Amino acid sequence: MKNEWPLWEVFVRGKRGLNHVHVGSLRASDGEMAVRHARDLYTRRNEGVSIWVVPAAAIVASSPDEKDPFFAPSADKVYRHPTFYDIPDNVPHM
Amino acid sequence: MTSALQEYFDATIANEQRIEPRDWVPDGYRKTMVRQIAQHAHSEIIGMQPEGNWITRAPSLRRKAILLAKVQDEAGHGLYLYAAAETLGADRTELTENLIAGRQKYSSIFNYPTLTYADVGVIGWLVDGAAICNQVPLCRSSYGPYARAMIRICKEESFHQRQGYELLMTMMRGTQAQRDMVQEATNRWWWPALMMFGPPDADSTNTAQSMAWKIKRHTNDELRQRFVDMSVPQARALGVSLPDPQLRWNPEREHHDFGDIDWVEFKRVVSGHGPCNAERVAIRKAAHEEGAWVREAASAYAEKHAREEVMT
Repeated sequence: MKNEWPLWEVFVRGKRGLNHVHVGSLRASDGEMAVRHARDLYTRRNEGVSIWVVPAAAIVASSPDEKDPFFAPSADKVYRHPTFYDIPDNVPHM
Repeated sequence: MTSALQEYFDATIANEQRIEPRDWVPDGYRKTMVRQIAQHAHSEIIGMQPEGNWITRAPSLRRKAILLAKVQDEAGHGLYLYAAAETLGADRTELTENLIAGRQKYSSIFNYPTLTYADVGVIGWLVDGAAICNQVPLCRSSYGPYARAMIRICKEESFHQRQGYELLMTMMRGTQAQRDMVQEATNRWWWPALMMFGPPDADSTNTAQSMAWKIKRHTNDELRQRFVDMSVPQARALGVSLPDPQLRWNPEREHHDFGDIDWVEFKRVVSGHGPCNAERVAIRKAAHEEGAWVREAASAYAEKHAREEVMT
């Protein structure tokens, strides 16, 4: 009988003050087991103080195929960046 | 459409950017990548056996704790890599079944037996040393999930190599019998370690395409030379000789020359006729089959609790 446990994506907070960051994935039968396996697999050397696991199937992602049009609204608004504005050098603290 | 995708893929590779899981890739790239990652994962998992053999007979609690941690790391490395293979659409259960059925290979080095505790040290020094030579450039491999797994693995391999070398230094400070064990283990592992880099460039069918795709960064012979040059001063510091009468420094090449590798033996071991091939696969097969009920029970438990949560 083929019996594959579901896939979980693992996120680890390296230390207090940092975001959880994706570190990889693993297979586990439920969330509790996924957290335990994540501890054994991804934090054997003090790599984290907190772990999130998320069923991989629950992740909704943008598609790489439509990458350019999808991110176009961000690319054409240069005025969102501080470097867009010319401020004379003699103005301090800006 | 396909040509636009191909162009985008080629440009990503040319710009030293990483390929990520949902990107379009040519079939050949996917196949090569899955084959390489799976073979690497299998090597880590099978690689638990030669050293696992000594856990119950470690000479001290300190050595036992170190060896346990090391073998646990090998399991971890295998799991990082299976996860990376899955991002390319490979099925994890199928990969294990391919290993058990002999459809996919693992590194030939793990088909040699570990006869004494000095083997544990020499595996750390030479086998993990060779693995590091192979793996450090793979941290820049073009496939993102593989490169990221390699970064984690390389960090941990450094512990593996150092504990092995330290173990050997300790034995070299011991009795003559212990020093002889270290020399004897070095003699047995040196040539198989050189074979870990794969066939010579002239006979390596996959190298050119893998280099073009930036899956591989150096040829087999380049890495082998680097390993020989690194190992010679380490052997000297340890006080052992390497079993190769032709091994000597060549000032013109600024590298060590070394003797011919027995590629007939390599082919024999890779094709399943090494000293331990049958045993290694049989143990992996038994573990997989005898663990089936555990996997099923955990699934049944998870399903039952999921149902109860819906009802309450």
